[in-house]
Amino acid sequence: MVANDTTEQPASAYFIEERHDPNETHTLSVLVQNEPGVLARVIGLFSGRGYNIESLTVSETEHHKHMSRITIVTTGTPMVIQQIKHQLDRMVPVYKVVDMTLTGRSIERELAMVKVKGVGDPRIEALRLAEAFRARVIDATIESFVFEITGNPDKVDQFVALMLPLGLIEVSRTGVAAIGRGPEGM
Amino acid sequence: MSQNKTHDPNQMTGAAMVVRALKDHGVEHLFGYPGGAVLPIYDEIFQQDDVQHILVRHEQGAGHAAEGYARSTGRPGVVLVTSGPGATNMVTALTDALMDSIPLVCITGQVPTHLIGNDAFQECDTVGITRPCTKHNWLVRDVNDLAKILHEAFYVATTGRPGPVVVDIPKDVQFATGTYTQPRKSDVHISYSPRVKGDAHQIRKAVALLASAKRPVIYSGGGVVNSGPEATRLLRELVAATDVPITTTLMGLGTYPASGKNWLGMLGMHGTYEANMTMHDCDVMLCIGARFDDRVTGRPDAFSPNSKKIHIDIDPSSINKNIRVDVPIIGDVANVLGDILHVFKAEAKKPDTKAWWAQINKWRARNSLAFKKNDDVILPQYAIQRLYDLTKNHDTYITTEVGQHQMWAAQFYGFEQPHRWMTSGGLGTMGYGFPAAIGVQVAHPGSLVIDIAGDASIQMMLQEMSTAVQFDLPIKIFILNNQYMGMVRQWQQLLHGNRLSHSYSEALPDFVKLAEAYGGVGMQVIKPNDLDGAIEEMIKVRKPVIFDCRVATLENCFPMIPSGKAHNEMLLPAEANDEATAAAFAGGKALV
Repeated sequence: MVANDTTEQPASAYFIEERHDPNETHTLSVLVQNEPGVLARVIGLFSGRGYNIESLTVSETEHHKHMSRITIVTTGTPMVIQQIKHQLDRMVPVYKVVDMTLTGRSIERELAMVKVKGVGDPRIEALRLAEAFRARVIDATIESFVFEITGNPDKVDQFVALMLPLGLIEVSRTGVAAIGRGPEGM
Repeated sequence: MSQNKTHDPNQMTGAAMVVRALKDHGVEHLFGYPGGAVLPIYDEIFQQDDVQHILVRHEQGAGHAAEGYARSTGRPGVVLVTSGPGATNMVTALTDALMDSIPLVCITGQVPTHLIGNDAFQECDTVGITRPCTKHNWLVRDVNDLAKILHEAFYVATTGRPGPVVVDIPKDVQFATGTYTQPRKSDVHISYSPRVKGDAHQIRKAVALLASAKRPVIYSGGGVVNSGPEATRLLRELVAATDVPITTTLMGLGTYPASGKNWLGMLGMHGTYEANMTMHDCDVMLCIGARFDDRVTGRPDAFSPNSKKIHIDIDPSSINKNIRVDVPIIGDVANVLGDILHVFKAEAKKPDTKAWWAQINKWRARNSLAFKKNDDVILPQYAIQRLYDLTKNHDTYITTEVGQHQMWAAQFYGFEQPHRWMTSGGLGTMGYGFPAAIGVQVAHPGSLVIDIAGDASIQMMLQEMSTAVQFDLPIKIFILNNQYMGMVRQWQQLLHGNRLSHSYSEALPDFVKLAEAYGGVGMQVIKPNDLDGAIEEMIKVRKPVIFDCRVATLENCFPMIPSGKAHNEMLLPAEANDEATAAAFAGGKALV
């Protein structure tokens, strides 16, 4: 009977399903009206609904139209990714949401500044690797370099990993910016 | 304000612009509570008669009153409150309106712009706090933006999927003089353009599915109410044209008449057996303006497993949020239903549903809302049934609080028309019903407005008795008093080993004296035989009434879909009546 067999039941009257669909990583470009609070709206949506932000960049891109472009790298199941796009799209100051990963024709770049400290062989090795990665030296002392590297996030990751044993001090990364290939705009 | 009278009539203070914009948007009533940061606006209200201000006793009450007003009229509810606590007290009502898609325009005062960020007296970050509980909000920094923002606020609140908006106006902006502009299309963000018309290809697919169905069902919700009277008319026409069975969510009650022959009753956790079984076994489901809430679906992976699902919604984010659908149609319900009917009449014929109806009638025969008659104590179901019978021929509006009484009201009160049923569905706000009834009564002064309440819920917004008395609003508060937070207790009985942690209503007030203390009328009924006479008497009273209906203390609300179960595994009242729950009650009996 109902009232008796309560011991092994979960304490909820509806079943909370754990979804185990595989996660995907998507890069979204979001065109917004550049007005106070617009970034807070977008970030609040992600935190409030439990979505992930792997990377987020934002800057005004068309000053005369007060438009900003937000690039978000996020992970989730296909259903969650679709939700994120719809939730973003229905916000009043959002013009457009484009899933750069779905278009399959986008370029992603990130800039990082990497500080490495060392003398002797490690210093020479760091400089050599920087050349191989086309990283530029933008600051130097007799015991340190700051390299500037631009590329897709994987390349930046790899460069940072290589610098680790060579005296890596700190890294500052911009996050991912993305744009579609070809003549058409977003 | 008066110093600028000379030339341009559109030159005025920010405070005057607020009142002017309300008039331009046809606002007749506004609910609010004054305070330091809105005094300039209150000064303007004082000097005119077009917009009537209803003074509440708590800002949350103003919010719910505006919700009741909006829900019963189809027009936006308007609220005016002060900064700081005025704004934070509105948060519950705003969240409630967001969850139930109710158009609200809330104007909040703010400390002067030069004090913002200084932790000034009664300062809070209103736009920050209300960002996640509004459809959109604005902080007005320049008086010359104010008119445009107010117009946009009304537009955003009432179009697309309706919802609450907040316009936060610093006190110096209210005092400053600027130019008022009339509402124009260009007031609105060009990025905001809700889709109204459904995709023609998808509509054809939907009609083909519907026509070929063997076991179709329509599951509709509050979106039909929000879409307007045309949506209700078309929904009824579609049901008649297709002879498809229909069930609605809690929010959708009244869009199809409870007396209609295709009506299955409400679905979901406390829905009828026939509604939930029909949903579970159907082969084509047409969801209209509802959102597959967890209280509706039960266990999502067992929800209507063998059906093709069509989903009409104006909000794309409702599509595939909880349940994956086969034919999504984004658009306004009335618009899409019009197109569906057009295509259906031209190209399709009625699905053959004879066998399906035979099955449904077997489910109906289970009589899942049945309860045992009792001559000694009033059963809550009986009380609602009597209330319905004795009020159905009046011009009646029903609001509810949240809990068992709400579900019994949904099950046993028959609604024939939309806009007659105001309840907090999504957020489940105890304390919603009474202030909502105030809003309803303000909009419909000659109608019979009843708040079906519980003894616990009513105490959350009881101070509004004072508002009801002040504005001669003869609301009837019909309390199903079982001396428990009934739904909390029900869950504790069923799911928490019968440990009734803090769900007993100890130290209940004498509701009759309480009503009298406020200047209303108090009534109490204990015996079933006295109920009809007392209800008749209550209807006649032209004052606010608190009706303390003492009901069976341990009655629980069934049918119920228990934990981890699907629609076809619901618990019927025959298997879980008062005695069965009381039997498992042993140690707790001393409480009663």
